[in-house]
Amino acid sequence: MEIPKTFLGYKREDGRTGTRNHVIILPVDDISNACAEAVANNIKGTIALPHSYGRLQFGADLELHFRTMIGTGKNPNVAAVIVIGIEPKWTKRIVDAIATTGKPVEGFSIEGVGDIDTIARVSKKAQEFSIWASEKQREERPISDLWISVKCGESDTTSGLASNPTVGNLMDKLEPLGVHLCFGETSELTGAETVCEKRGKTPEAQEKFRKTWSSYNDFILKEATDDLSESQPTAGNIAGGLTTIEEKAFGNFQKIGGCKFIDVLEPAEEPTKGPGLYFMDTSSAAAECVTLQAAGGFNLHLFPTGQGNIIGNPIEPVVKLTANPLTARTMSEHIDVDVSKILSREMNLNEAGDELIKATIRVANGRLTCAEALGHREFVMTKLYRSA
Amino acid sequence: MAVTDIIIHDEKDNVGVVVIEKITPKQDCDCWIMENDKSVKIQSMDEIPLGHKIAMTDLNEGDTILKYGHDIGKVVKSIKKGEHVHVHNVKTKKW
Repeated sequence: MEIPKTFLGYKREDGRTGTRNHVIILPVDDISNACAEAVANNIKGTIALPHSYGRLQFGADLELHFRTMIGTGKNPNVAAVIVIGIEPKWTKRIVDAIATTGKPVEGFSIEGVGDIDTIARVSKKAQEFSIWASEKQREERPISDLWISVKCGESDTTSGLASNPTVGNLMDKLEPLGVHLCFGETSELTGAETVCEKRGKTPEAQEKFRKTWSSYNDFILKEATDDLSESQPTAGNIAGGLTTIEEKAFGNFQKIGGCKFIDVLEPAEEPTKGPGLYFMDTSSAAAECVTLQAAGGFNLHLFPTGQGNIIGNPIEPVVKLTANPLTARTMSEHIDVDVSKILSREMNLNEAGDELIKATIRVANGRLTCAEALGHREFVMTKLYRSA
Repeated sequence: MAVTDIIIHDEKDNVGVVVIEKITPKQDCDCWIMENDKSVKIQSMDEIPLGHKIAMTDLNEGDTILKYGHDIGKVVKSIKKGEHVHVHNVKTKKW
């Protein structure tokens, strides 16, 4: 198949391209959720991104909170941003960082004003942003403006056999075209960590991966009160036939095909070394991982599932594929691409990879994913440790 | 093409994955090895559902399970060729 050279996206002020055109109402902290949700309810064409944190965090955990907030606002799938926090200082820090992209962004704080007046003031600005964004048009943009993140969930043995290798096939075909790619899930590479490390393109990338994985593993060994067999693999994984974390890891790892990663990113860190594959240090919980990847600037997500994970994200469209014929049948409203014919050998990996590329470009052009149509907007912050 | 009942990732693997809805005891199964595109046959001993593993050879306690050509855990209860391989007879080496 000849891969299209372009897709239809929204060109942003900083040169990046969005596959979506969201106006977001971003609360800095948990107590600003009510205000953000009220504004999004008032003003059509906006979405609120409520979450549970943002108060009394400190150190690396606070830095990650800011990085996630700022990265979410900077993501090219976002046309304009309203930031609402209880206090002006942290709100301003986020607004100023998002403003470097050149996109419209405005901050509001609630203290000394109260919810009701804030909602009124913010609604006026949100209406202005929503109407402004509605005139943005899709235009032809190079395929290399796709930044694709991947993560699998509710995996079973069909994930390692077929749906993950289908994503790997897509990566092998899109990497030479200058697409940015990202995989994560530090914990779920356990068992395949030495094989994965060797996939670093440079000794520096390999070293960084080794340190990242070891630091995670030390944390697990310190915190675990018993073995992790109840959590990794999960009950869903076990029902699907996965027996050990090692088996899950080697299946997981099929998603990167034959690609080598050029750098290891902190959670929610934006890649800066040009096109190619990146590893991001993330949790393996689906919503946390995709939230971090979206904050890293990725504009389309591919999500292979075995037993049927249903996750979506508010700003990054999540394309789901499965090779499990039972899941494709019983959970069809969640599955964008059915590659179960690989198991019956009626379809090979090359054909499945092409099907996934076609679906990816349609979604990049604006086709709603199953998760978008169902209203899945899981925005989940990763928290590193308890607050002060 | 005959229906493939079981797929084996790598020639070195000692387990295969059931890819039809289930296999029943004493079923003669057709297996396909992805790595080299070879076919082998095996008779099952157990009922094994879609996605679950079958032992391609007799395995003793302490043996290593190979899948994708890699170590994915250890046998904790001996397994006969054709039997179901899962959490009741195999455990991780990690924790």
